[in-house]
Amino acid sequence: MSAPVLDMSLVPPLGEPRPALVPEVHESTLPNGLRLVVVPRPGVPLVELRLRVPFAATARTAAAHTARASVLTGAVLMGTAAHDQLEIAQLLQAHGGEMSVSDDADRLLFSTTMLPTGLGPVLGVLAELLTSATYPGGQVQAERDRVVERIEIARSQPRTIAGTALATRRYGAHPYGQQLPSAALVAGVTPAALRKLHRERVRPAGSTLVLVGDVDPAAAADLVGSALAGWATEGTAVTAPPVPPTPEQPLQLVHRPGAVQSNLRLGGRAPGRTDPQLPALRLASMVFGGYFSSRLVENIRERRGYTYSPRSGVEHLLAGSTFTVEADVATGVTGPALMETVYELSRMALTPVTEAELDSARRYLLGTMALGTATHGGLASTLSALFGAGLSAEWLAEHQQALLTVGIEEVTEASRRWLAPAALTAVVVGDADQVADQLRVLGPVEVSAPAAEARP
Amino acid sequence: MTAAGADLTLRHPVERFTLDNGLRVVLAPDRSVPVVAVSVYYDVGMRSEPPGRTGFAHLFEHMMFQGSANVPKMEHARLVQAAGGTFNGSTHQDYTNYFQALPSEALERAIFLEADRMAAPAITEENLRNQIDVVKEEIRVNVLNRPYGAFPWLQLPGIAFESFANTHDGYGSFVDLESSTVADATDFFSRYYAPANAVLCIGGDLDVAEAEVLVRRWFDAVPARPAPPAPVVGEPSPTTARRGVVEDPLAPLPAVAIGWRVPDPVNDLDTYLGTVLLTELLSEGDASRLERRLLHTDRIAVGQSSYLGLFGDPFDVRDATLLVTEVHHSADVGVERVLTAVHEEVDRVATDGVEPAELARVQARIEAQLLQQADSVLGRTLGFASAELVHGRAELAGELAGRLARVTPDQVRTAAAGLSPDTAAVLELRATGGSK
Repeated sequence: MSAPVLDMSLVPPLGEPRPALVPEVHESTLPNGLRLVVVPRPGVPLVELRLRVPFAATARTAAAHTARASVLTGAVLMGTAAHDQLEIAQLLQAHGGEMSVSDDADRLLFSTTMLPTGLGPVLGVLAELLTSATYPGGQVQAERDRVVERIEIARSQPRTIAGTALATRRYGAHPYGQQLPSAALVAGVTPAALRKLHRERVRPAGSTLVLVGDVDPAAAADLVGSALAGWATEGTAVTAPPVPPTPEQPLQLVHRPGAVQSNLRLGGRAPGRTDPQLPALRLASMVFGGYFSSRLVENIRERRGYTYSPRSGVEHLLAGSTFTVEADVATGVTGPALMETVYELSRMALTPVTEAELDSARRYLLGTMALGTATHGGLASTLSALFGAGLSAEWLAEHQQALLTVGIEEVTEASRRWLAPAALTAVVVGDADQVADQLRVLGPVEVSAPAAEARP
Repeated sequence: MTAAGADLTLRHPVERFTLDNGLRVVLAPDRSVPVVAVSVYYDVGMRSEPPGRTGFAHLFEHMMFQGSANVPKMEHARLVQAAGGTFNGSTHQDYTNYFQALPSEALERAIFLEADRMAAPAITEENLRNQIDVVKEEIRVNVLNRPYGAFPWLQLPGIAFESFANTHDGYGSFVDLESSTVADATDFFSRYYAPANAVLCIGGDLDVAEAEVLVRRWFDAVPARPAPPAPVVGEPSPTTARRGVVEDPLAPLPAVAIGWRVPDPVNDLDTYLGTVLLTELLSEGDASRLERRLLHTDRIAVGQSSYLGLFGDPFDVRDATLLVTEVHHSADVGVERVLTAVHEEVDRVATDGVEPAELARVQARIEAQLLQQADSVLGRTLGFASAELVHGRAELAGELAGRLARVTPDQVRTAAAGLSPDTAAVLELRATGGSK
């Protein structure tokens, strides 16, 4: 009873777009090397803070570094020379804030929101955390025990099993292969090791502090300058070593007995933020599986009902960007779902997309970039990532411009280079007794057990 | 009222009118960013489902994306996304919502799309079978194939409440889902998707007069049908403690959820606001009572959280509602020890009260969280829409920061006194699979 074809004459046309807002970015660098980015913007009376510190592992220390980092993110909040853990939390809470500290393969990120009157006090707490975190023994031990248990919970999630298997397969011994730390190594992390890691790596060099929202740039710069002047000056930023090429490998099937779904994951290299092919590849990823209007969603969800939420996307890490495809599918259709996924990837690489597909993807990317930077928090996180990658706010406008000019042939070229199934590493997590034979129809399969680890 | 709370109220005036077909319309203009959000809230949720049709509200939500009179399948998504917008829908205890956030030049397109499916969604056998399959995969992803799947929101209501409306599985049994027919879907639509049973809320970069013209242009033609009678989801407060156990062969560690009945969130809002602050005081952040006690002093938990309403929004639910405290703990810590610690902390608030300074910190934090939600056009619009549907006053969303700032220590103490172990529902999750 729905119309078989869309009659565009019935659909209200789009109005004149309002020009995108260009953020007013105030940049400066402190004598100790910290970059400061302040963006005053209308909206709610809040300030969003993001401090990004380079925190990559070196190839030699990856396993130990990842283990220590997983404890440090919680333990850094457990006391400073002046305040204990509770007092720190209360000082922030009084201004509407709560510091969250997270790590990934490239960086450590301190982030919080706050009411505007809290900027000075919150910067004071941040300075304490950076310069005088104490890592008290009893609390570090307790945090370590909790992290061990959380790792165990994480390792029981099929999506985590799939993500870690793909990373290991793709990156091998490179630090990016260390998605989850080893529980045994975490259990051995000492307060002394955390203090050393903090001393050596939590440094202003290469770090960026972003403040967005209800903030006066000059006053904020003064506050930051005086609060963080004492943050040590020596040290240099460590970035991850180059990512080695991925060897050609058969599909890995991680056996999860009794699983009622299979988690399909394909991953490969993608152009970085400054690569001229990135805009075309982002558009190709959208048309393929990047949003609801994509070929993959139409095929394996809306036509065949194999899956709830298939998707593809591009992620940027400093030493190498990634294109990934994900679909969690019913066990009985694991083979057909992979077949359709490979078919849609191949179609992208071998035949042109339509003008309508390209235009839709383009407008969607431009629209969601605008939406994603239309809040204090969204803009702060976006700028933090850009500055962390050595870029500036201008990247946003340049990338938007570049998206506007990509043509069909460039999308096909980018697809052939980055989306071709032969260029991707494949992992499936599922019940091997039920899915191995289906998958072998499509190519060689290597069955393995999940990367299990006994509790220490 | 704090300065920020006042500002939030003033900067977002709310206009409303009702169409002849009964559709309530709320417009919340704010032109600071060129983004507009369009949302439709239908007054039907998981708690409206009849026996034998568990999961139907959610399944029907999926059907609303399958095309409509003038829009073929997949084209709703394409028309929104190709305009640079995003969309989604979600099914809650007391409502089902549909929304898009778009560049403001796409406002009329989104209004057209919502009106078209309010008038005539494409309920066909093929679409229904396809979406039953998709929903089953959604349930496998979120419940069956992972540890702690839907814990505790699917299982706790079964022991905390009495009526079918409150106790049944809102995701639905596969038996009920598979036996759903086109006739069921058509009846459901006819009964619950009347314009008089819905709120249309549009927020962001709009001119009120122009937006009203567009709304009337597309929604006036949707035929009127009577709204169904208001759902009865309240029930008497429990008088006994109840216990239940769920076995999870995929989970590596046990967990426990405690559910207490709380005051009526709509008809006794002032009392309920004390419970909202108590919830924050107990569980929000490192300074909270339960975080300190369970993780840092006793060191018996890996994580804890407390929330109101099964999906965590205290202001979008009707009576009967729970305050839920969820604790994930080590296998070598008995569940009784965890329960004792939680009840002691609640009792401490009930007995000793709360220092004004501690309450002021909690109020600052919740104000910041409300402001964060209001910073996105979509978040703000959804807040206005649910306040209009559930509370009958969209304005409430803008007033909450101010009203929470006026809650006194005594109100929080009274709220704590209502959380007795003798009337709590406790659901244990046992990790039965053993460590890998």
